[in-house]
Amino acid sequence: MRIYADNAATTKMSKKAVEAMMPYITDIYGNPSSLYSEGQRAKEAIENARETVARCIGASPKEIYFTSGGSESDNQAILTAAANGKKEGKIKIITDAIEHHAVLHTLRKLEKEGFEVVYLPVGAGGIVDADEVEKAIDDRTFLVTVMYANNEIGTIQPIRRIGGICINKKVVFHTDAVQAVGHIPVSVVDDNIDMMSASAHKFHGPKGVGFLYVKKGIRLHNLIEGGAQERGKRAGTENVPGIVACAAALEESVSNMSLHAEKLTSLRDRLMRGLNEIPHSALNGDPVQRLPSNANFCFEGIEGESLLLLLDDKGISASSGSACTSGSLDPSHVLLAIGRPHDVAHGSLRLTLGNDATEEQVDYIIESVKEVVSYLRGFSPVWRDLCAGKSKFLL
Amino acid sequence: MALYSEKVMDHFRNPRNVGIIEDADGVGEVGNARCGDIMKVYLKIEDDIITDVKFETFGCGSAIASSSMATELIKGKPVSEAMRLTNKAVAEALDGLPDYKMHCSVLAEEAIRGALEDYYNKHPEKKKGGIA
Repeated sequence: MRIYADNAATTKMSKKAVEAMMPYITDIYGNPSSLYSEGQRAKEAIENARETVARCIGASPKEIYFTSGGSESDNQAILTAAANGKKEGKIKIITDAIEHHAVLHTLRKLEKEGFEVVYLPVGAGGIVDADEVEKAIDDRTFLVTVMYANNEIGTIQPIRRIGGICINKKVVFHTDAVQAVGHIPVSVVDDNIDMMSASAHKFHGPKGVGFLYVKKGIRLHNLIEGGAQERGKRAGTENVPGIVACAAALEESVSNMSLHAEKLTSLRDRLMRGLNEIPHSALNGDPVQRLPSNANFCFEGIEGESLLLLLDDKGISASSGSACTSGSLDPSHVLLAIGRPHDVAHGSLRLTLGNDATEEQVDYIIESVKEVVSYLRGFSPVWRDLCAGKSKFLL
Repeated sequence: MALYSEKVMDHFRNPRNVGIIEDADGVGEVGNARCGDIMKVYLKIEDDIITDVKFETFGCGSAIASSSMATELIKGKPVSEAMRLTNKAVAEALDGLPDYKMHCSVLAEEAIRGALEDYYNKHPEKKKGGIA
């Protein structure tokens, strides 16, 4: 038996999405830029997909640009805002410490070019303080970029409030909504969003496709130059099957959203209650203001990679913010930003449940994690020192 | 390709020589929790032969496998031979480690060297014979 509990990493494509894309792989393979009927049918499919996606997030179709996914969308949104800001003589960007690397690394690039970036801290629950965003904005600020929901600890940010502040202060508001779209209600109008990034494979669509919402009136700059695809803003022959499947997956996710969210929230709470029974463990992120599928814990005295490998042996796919799983020396910047010391951040576990998860599976995960944590602690010199009182428990 | 070789996974899943030796003749500890790896090696030495060895490790799969393999490589061996254990030998015995995990084998070498040095510090009279 396999239990896939890493749905924040990627999701299984839905049957509807696979079915939707099939004709565009087999028969309707024309280039959407071509004039003959095969091409025009492909073009029509893209425009239908654009309408569907727009409807799902409360936008108008002309505000949707299909991209290769979340990272490209983040890059294009931020670099666009920077180019526009620079023209107005503005240099300051407000963000927070727990953004995805697609945002953080783009901002670092801009810093090297002379832009000023303010990385707001987050509270212990991993939530950005909207008042701090307001305070940080000055007349040199042109952009605020805050993610809708965090990919590691699942916290949902006060997007609507931050967006409202940005409207009042007349700065552009971008949100990386890769983890939110298709999972929790997102409306670009109600949420006061100017630019928003999303990725299809996070909501049961295919990999390699996503979209960027850009509010009418914002001048979008190209990352990729070439043909006139996507109204000249994103060159390259469109990923027709991907785009069609993206729309089908989003439509399905949105129509089942409340049903899935209710079920997942209950399973997630059961999972969190169970894992909380492990001594010297702690939930990462806010217990309530979090994505329905996400449970993230730190366990003192163990390291995350060995935990993942042993869970894999038990049939469970999960993820960790430990340094060893990232190939870098430091553990997750998100866990450090919410105040977890390095020692503890290495022992983190992220479980993100799928729509088909069951209570039995959740109970099996709880039992397995308990067993593996206890086994690894059994020969951990860190745990021995903690138990012997030679060092102090942090959790 | 899998992240780790079969041998690494075998030593990770079934680590040899896990535990502690209460009356160890030498103890070595390297690494720190901040970096995510700590290894502690305990040695029992009789007549310059490592008669028993145990380890405890806080770390990733390759850290646990490296500790296990390193202890296997020195068990029953003369102290002088154990002193010559290299991280390369540990990694090779595991059928290789990914480049960014080689430091785990270095830690294993250092933990054993540390335990041997601790033994020599406790038994300075052995030092001459041991190295010669």
